[in-house]
Amino acid sequence: MAQVIAPVPTAEIALRSTAPWIIRARRLLRSSRPYYAALGLCMFFGAWFLLVDVFKVWRFRELPGLVPSVKEWLSPDPVYGVSIFTAEYYSHIWASVYRVYSAFISATILGIAIGVLMGWSRVFRGLTFPILEMLRPIPILAWIPLAILLVPGREAPIIGLTFLAAFFVTILNTLLGVRSIDEVYFRAARSLGFSNTAILFHVIVPGALPYIFIGLQIAMGACWFSLVAAEIVSGQAGLGYKVWETYYYVQYETMVIIMATLGLLGYLSSALVRFVGKRLMRWRVRLLAGV
Amino acid sequence: MNGAVAAGALSIRHAGKVYDPEGLNVVALDGVSFDIRSAEFCVVVGPSGCGKTTLLNSIAGFDQLTFGEIYLDGAVLARPNKPPLPGADRIVVFQQGALFPWKTVLWNVSCGPIQQGKANRAAAERQARNLLSRVGLKGIENQYPGSLSGGTKRRVEIVRALMNEPKILLLDEPFRALDALTKSVVQEFLLELYDEIPKTIFFITHDIEEAIFLGDRVVVMTTRPGRVLRTIDVGIDRPRDYRVLTSERFLKLEREVRESIHDEARKAFEAGERELA
Repeated sequence: MAQVIAPVPTAEIALRSTAPWIIRARRLLRSSRPYYAALGLCMFFGAWFLLVDVFKVWRFRELPGLVPSVKEWLSPDPVYGVSIFTAEYYSHIWASVYRVYSAFISATILGIAIGVLMGWSRVFRGLTFPILEMLRPIPILAWIPLAILLVPGREAPIIGLTFLAAFFVTILNTLLGVRSIDEVYFRAARSLGFSNTAILFHVIVPGALPYIFIGLQIAMGACWFSLVAAEIVSGQAGLGYKVWETYYYVQYETMVIIMATLGLLGYLSSALVRFVGKRLMRWRVRLLAGV
Repeated sequence: MNGAVAAGALSIRHAGKVYDPEGLNVVALDGVSFDIRSAEFCVVVGPSGCGKTTLLNSIAGFDQLTFGEIYLDGAVLARPNKPPLPGADRIVVFQQGALFPWKTVLWNVSCGPIQQGKANRAAAERQARNLLSRVGLKGIENQYPGSLSGGTKRRVEIVRALMNEPKILLLDEPFRALDALTKSVVQEFLLELYDEIPKTIFFITHDIEEAIFLGDRVVVMTTRPGRVLRTIDVGIDRPRDYRVLTSERFLKLEREVRESIHDEARKAFEAGERELA
């Protein structure tokens, strides 16, 4: 039969010779985004430095200065015992990271499973949706006493509370994701002879993935938030516990170090979720498919 | 795929469909009967809301009839409240397109035989690559549908359907969303494919020109309640290309169909019916 023009864009062939991350890095440096980001951070730290260190403005002079805090953070021999050179610093980080990730991962697995079930089965959705909607708005702080009563030990209640925060968000977003899939894909799959299992793995899960990852980003934020709350109340280690302890013992530089560490870890965690999401949803990146 | 199997003969007998939204009985289809021979290209044309999609969905197994029967190769396929299960012997190409956007072209095209257990992945992918390159779609195997043009997506979806060696191909206004130029290219693509791999085709459109250009036979339907107004044998030789569009025979048929549909539209208008679809 007559040849129809094969749609291979020539630009794609030209681009293939350069590694995709180099192309992306170049594009990023040409855009204004990184420069604005740098400027914004400079403004923030500059304001801190001027308000506290230099002019000692009213109320602000009680706060730890930028320079002493950074010095303390980078000091091999910190005044209050916590810096990047001390084991204690990393033990708190590890305690919190371990709790957040074990809670986040189990909430992801369980939340997606239940969300998919709710999206798929009308009976299950009817049964569980009111329960979800009733439990979801209860603030995590209100769960703390119940968690301590219900869950034995000191570690488990903290992980449980962190889990809970992520769990509801993940369920709801997965459910919305499944409901958002156009009926036509289910029809096409059934027409093509897909089994229910195949529909689950090739239609429902990938189709709901964009919503699921929006949920996971929110869930990650919720995890850090409720972790710190839980640690403040019942922890013996961890960054949330340490923030409160340093306040109690008037070690304000260390308090700032811990807060900054929480901010950085939260940022990195969200970036990780975004990165995994992009990897799994390459089909949404219209350019350079198949790279 | 080349071994032309004498199968895919469809008989629609007194098909009727009554929708019942909130107690209003809306008759979508009323006593529709016609046959499609094996490997015949049959186009159903009619105004919006004439029940043509209901008919297609009843064959595909997405909807059920209220009256009548549909037979495929002599066996009952659908009868009232007994819709068939959707299956690969009656593949649908949907109006809005249904390539899985999260899968590559190769995955999309090869998934049918794999999921039905007719071929392993290697064999199915080899077959998919062959078919894609035979129809001039080589080189896009690893792309995602989102990076293809509308016309290419439609062509890939038709190829995906053919991979399953269906008895009958159901096309539900597949080119509706395409611009005029792309549409004519994809129409010619479908004609070439049909000449090479003859299949029974049930094609729905409201575009009269498209109906005559593609079909062996054109079934003209009325507005709601949908009935068969007339059936027209096109009788234009294949292979056809765009030059057919200006031939005397084509223009004469087009005028005939347009007149009968126009009368129909006016009747509907004068009866004060409102278009629901």
